[in-house]
Amino acid sequence: MLYRTAGQFKTSYKADQALFPIRQDAVLLAIILTFAWVIFPMTASEFAFQTLLIPILIYSLAAMGLNILTGYAGQLSLGTAAFMGVGAYACYKLIEVMDPILAILLSGVFSAGIGVIFGIPSLRIKGFYLAIATLAAQFFLVWLFEKWAWLYNYNASGAIQVPNLQTFGVYVTGPQASSVTQYYVILGIVTLMTVLCINLTRGTLGRTWKATRDMDIAAELIGINLMRSKLTAFAISSYLVGVAGALFVFMWRGAAEPNLFDIPLSFDILFIAIIGGLGSILGNYLGAILIVGLPVVLNTVPEALGLEIKSATVEHYNIMIVGALIVFFLIIEPHGLARLWALIREKLIIWPFPH
Amino acid sequence: MKDIFITPFVDMFAAPDFLLQVLWEGLVSGILYALIALGFVLIFRSSRIFNFAQGIMVVFAALTLVGFHAMGVPAWTSVALTLGVMLALAVSIERVVLRPLVGQPDIILFMATIGITLFLIGFGEIIFGGENKVMITEELGIPTDSWVLEPWGGLLILEQKDVTAVIAAAMLVVGLLAFLNYTRMGRAIRALGDDSQAALSVGISLQTIWVLVWFIAGIIALVTGIAWGARAGVSFALEVIAYKALPVLMLGGLESITGAIIGGLMIGMLEKLFEIYWGQPLLGGNTETWFAFMLALVVLLFRPQGLFGEKIIERV
Repeated sequence: MLYRTAGQFKTSYKADQALFPIRQDAVLLAIILTFAWVIFPMTASEFAFQTLLIPILIYSLAAMGLNILTGYAGQLSLGTAAFMGVGAYACYKLIEVMDPILAILLSGVFSAGIGVIFGIPSLRIKGFYLAIATLAAQFFLVWLFEKWAWLYNYNASGAIQVPNLQTFGVYVTGPQASSVTQYYVILGIVTLMTVLCINLTRGTLGRTWKATRDMDIAAELIGINLMRSKLTAFAISSYLVGVAGALFVFMWRGAAEPNLFDIPLSFDILFIAIIGGLGSILGNYLGAILIVGLPVVLNTVPEALGLEIKSATVEHYNIMIVGALIVFFLIIEPHGLARLWALIREKLIIWPFPH
Repeated sequence: MKDIFITPFVDMFAAPDFLLQVLWEGLVSGILYALIALGFVLIFRSSRIFNFAQGIMVVFAALTLVGFHAMGVPAWTSVALTLGVMLALAVSIERVVLRPLVGQPDIILFMATIGITLFLIGFGEIIFGGENKVMITEELGIPTDSWVLEPWGGLLILEQKDVTAVIAAAMLVVGLLAFLNYTRMGRAIRALGDDSQAALSVGISLQTIWVLVWFIAGIIALVTGIAWGARAGVSFALEVIAYKALPVLMLGGLESITGAIIGGLMIGMLEKLFEIYWGQPLLGGNTETWFAFMLALVVLLFRPQGLFGEKIIERV
């Protein structure tokens, strides 16, 4: 009913391949963007910014990076958090010489470089062997963050602290920056990256990746350079992940120790990408909303019911419930939440007819 | 350069007894890596599931054992009860998680085992609590003294519980190989690994075999849990040794039992050697977290199928 497509005729190939072949999609997106850009910033509380809006955006961006690599190019990676760490530490060194927002955008370049180096084994090994190989990056880089004192300017704690920094006279990082400003900076960067990703995955490069993912030998036979395809996927994926890592520390956490980038963070991002849906941009947002939002909801439930549970116990229940939900979602829809939405949309278009 | 290429070897020859001690320590941890890798290999061979939950199963088995004993159950009865719990776990994992996911892509099943891992972490913390516990080593009759040897006039200390662990692991492996090669059930497991369609068509039950391999993985987890718990106590920190089994798998191949054992021993010894002679003096120590991965990575660049893995033949 809402998704009635009657009357929307496509008379050229251009129209057929448009970003929004159905007008309602564009309207829906416009509504979501209005909420994200206007309504949320005006109404959200400090709590909502810090526990929901900002982390959801940052995790979505990291998951989008991973999704490029795993969902589009088919290379399973378990080292996402380490590349986020590279972005964060690179940013920490870069803010000494440049504007913080520029530093955040540039920090991804460093993680892209490291990503390509650790992507080289993908030319020889596949599947789970490659996944374990990316764990080498995970453990080695976290160790390096701890031992290489130059990275954190030789301070005694071994952690990085985010200083107060201004862009155009407004504080954007550090304790003095307001949540709204930070939210807009993150939203701007994430929107920009999303548009880039959508177009990349629709274009030549994206098709090259998908061919590599679906059948690498066939892709090679039709003239795709597998090395270039895999390494560009590693580079672009690590760039996005690195920017997400810089945002993670500079716009949200405010400080970071090496073990922040340990393997649980990698798994969180992988959950988001897989539960959201591999090979989908929308899925990263849906997955991030679920994985970030769930603990917040679970934390408020005992209070709402008037139960007194120690916070440590709540934490354990959270882990348990998240684990069970992951299995649950995998069973009901292995292709992720994005596929679930696609099915709903399909049903809406042909409604009220069942087929 | 001298520090990298000469000094470590001079040190090794100057104190051969210390070198032996380092190798022995490496061998013992290598055995444990090999045991965990063995659990992975069994499940991977028979179901193509990359079972990430093996590490938490080790913790869970050890905690259950200690928990039963704390309730006043005699030590060996607790072992039997723990085996019962592991069987129940295998059955419920197969029923609840694996059966609905049969035929899904590998990565989905892999994610499901990570889901199981998280679930077991939360569940275990709620039931047993997060604090470090003491493994019931003496109650199980494991000797806790140590032998002091004096090779070349030096000093070499062999803890008897480590010797017991090595012997128990060796017996477990021999028993497992005998089971896989000489019993109907064992052959059914291997048949399923070789060709699942053919195995199903001759009447091998997928469900039974999956429960069986997960149960065997549970037994291996219990043995690993006892051996490692005797060395370092039982806590959730044990879970990280599961990661150590991953480079072992890369090196030995995901499908090879011999590979898992030899790979485990090699990695155990090499990472100790590297840590003592290169890592601590030159790199600030704690290199054990990544050395095994880097080693496996370098080996795989030259031998993509691992040292003992089956050669992957690409078909178009």
